[in-house]
Amino acid sequence: MLDRILPPLTGLAMLAALWLVFMVVPNEAQMGVVQRIFYFHVAAAWAAFLCFFAVAGASAVYLWRGSARADQLAIAAAEVGVLFCTLVLVTGPIWARPIWGVWWTWDPRLTMTVILWAIYAAYLMLRAFGGPDEAVARYAAVLGLVGTLDIPVIHVSVRLLQGMHPSVLAARGGGSGLADPAMRAALWVSALAVLLLAAWLVALRARSERLAGEVAALRRLVEGRRGGGA
Amino acid sequence: MTAPPIRAVGLTRWFAGTPVLGHVDLTVAAGELVVLLGPNGAGKTTLLRVLAGLLRPSGGELALFGVDVRRGADTVRGRLGYVGHETACYPDLTGAENLAFYAALFALRDARARIAELLAWAGLEAAAHRRVRTYSRGMQQRLALARALLHRPALLLLDEPFTGLDPEAAERLAARLAALCAEGCALVLVTHDLERTAPLATRTAVLHRGRIVWQGTGDAAAIAAAYRAAVGEEGGCGRR
Amino acid sequence: MRAALTILRKDLRIEWRTKESLSSFVVLGILLLVVFTVAHDPTPAEAPALAPAVLWVTFVFTGILGIQRGFLLEREQDCLAGLLTAPVDPAAIYAGKLAANLVLLGVLEAVVVPLVGLLLHVELGAVLPGLLLALLLGAVGFAALATLFAAVAVRVRAREVMLPLLLLPLLVPVLIGGVKATAAVLAGGLAGARDALGVLLAFDAIFVTAGWLLFPYVVRD
Repeated sequence: MLDRILPPLTGLAMLAALWLVFMVVPNEAQMGVVQRIFYFHVAAAWAAFLCFFAVAGASAVYLWRGSARADQLAIAAAEVGVLFCTLVLVTGPIWARPIWGVWWTWDPRLTMTVILWAIYAAYLMLRAFGGPDEAVARYAAVLGLVGTLDIPVIHVSVRLLQGMHPSVLAARGGGSGLADPAMRAALWVSALAVLLLAAWLVALRARSERLAGEVAALRRLVEGRRGGGA
Repeated sequence: MTAPPIRAVGLTRWFAGTPVLGHVDLTVAAGELVVLLGPNGAGKTTLLRVLAGLLRPSGGELALFGVDVRRGADTVRGRLGYVGHETACYPDLTGAENLAFYAALFALRDARARIAELLAWAGLEAAAHRRVRTYSRGMQQRLALARALLHRPALLLLDEPFTGLDPEAAERLAARLAALCAEGCALVLVTHDLERTAPLATRTAVLHRGRIVWQGTGDAAAIAAAYRAAVGEEGGCGRR
Repeated sequence: MRAALTILRKDLRIEWRTKESLSSFVVLGILLLVVFTVAHDPTPAEAPALAPAVLWVTFVFTGILGIQRGFLLEREQDCLAGLLTAPVDPAAIYAGKLAANLVLLGVLEAVVVPLVGLLLHVELGAVLPGLLLALLLGAVGFAALATLFAAVAVRVRAREVMLPLLLLPLLVPVLIGGVKATAAVLAGGLAGARDALGVLLAFDAIFVTAGWLLFPYVVRD
């Protein structure tokens, strides 16, 4: 499944998305050409969110059952999630600059994205620099769970902040404001393509983590045999 | 027949990819005093910490008083006493306050009497109201032992308890351990002090590279010889 | 929960004994306050507007350091082993530590808040109840997460930076809620602070529960 189906499927979906976004969809009335980034920007955001929820789920399973697979999934989903979150934070300003005139604004949605990025970047830091102790996987799982639990609270709390460009928010309204059916199609196809890509990356990363674990286990077996002889 | 205080089968423990304990089988019955010997890095401290419930075994089974530790050894922890390399006593509290703290944790009824009794045994009555930070190494060690004995444990796990003790204090400890043994307490002792522990030991085990390579009884000289034989040969392959 | 109380009492006693080092955190808080204010260089008219942010940022930064110290004392002499080999539920250890950290934060607030009033020309008298409520709710949520992750940070490498790194993004709702609530209270009383206080309350409920449930996984090997 991983090697046979996902890659070609992802490739096809991506080609379809690219074709729709660049060939089919008309220029948006107000924003012009640059608005086309929106399709991938939103799709990446959805992918990042899904990845972070996957981290939470995998973390919970790991804490509950100690399943190594769950731990591998958690780290894979966290890395891919941070990757797509970074893409959101990069494509956002590229889109915003010509339209709003500023690279950044501290409105609720952007603030939330940055905070999410920071939480899961911290997760990756913990795993990278936590030390050789296997307990680090457990600590990271706790962090993954707490981070995702925090998401709704962060969402509500950032709404308390002043939104700077409410009109822009409405226009970016997550796709529900799109009138043109071609635009809607482009969005859904882009979302599908990006999600497939994310799934593929997560699966690959989880597999490489699993293989690394198997190598380590084999090494332990050899060491154990060698040590037991004396 | 009641369950033995310790029943370990095939215990393994990994740390950062290296095997620290490899397939350890150990059964300790009530009233037994098992001495654990081994070179540095053999895994003695790790084994003791696994037995104490501070480390989870990576593999194998461990049952304390018949309770599988994986299922939660909470019920039996009240019967266990552990003294590691460090004292587990708060340096900024006094000796008496430390003991009172642990007495409260163990919900001891006769706390005050027990604390007084153990302070006397440890020879710390005079220093009881000074901060532990001001104690000498020997005094801290004696306090740590008092802490472990506070709740009259049925299983005592001691990691090099004689370090830092002067000969008189060491004598008192040895006598106390022998008395506990006679009362039915099970003891596992990690030590380098063969002379003192050989007469007390019901059994001696030698740990090397995470495995028990020799178990038996004997006087200090016999055990020393067996130790050298079991551990002295480095390199070479497969000698079971 | 008697064990939790025992641990709380022990922690308070130790903090009292070592109040000399506790005082360094308090002084740090004062310094941060001064630095933030001086860096902004507000006029007496502008100053009160700064107060909420300055108060909460100082509070959070100093609080993180103080709480981290609270777990270091369990690492010294492997005292955690003493706690874990006793028949004590890890959740009780969490409760005890959480309570002790709340007291620590309370002491911090008691010093920082009057100073903010003084240095930033804020009239505290009338708004005190509302302010204290906001501070209390914020402190509970803060301590809930900080206690949980201090146990983690103390066991990993890069310890000094790890705790702020983990905590600060997670604590954003506390910061936002606290600052907004404080600003609303200073401006006109509790009514305006309702939303912000609600956020703080929700945060507290969720993360005290989460901490309670997850602490055993952090502390037991």
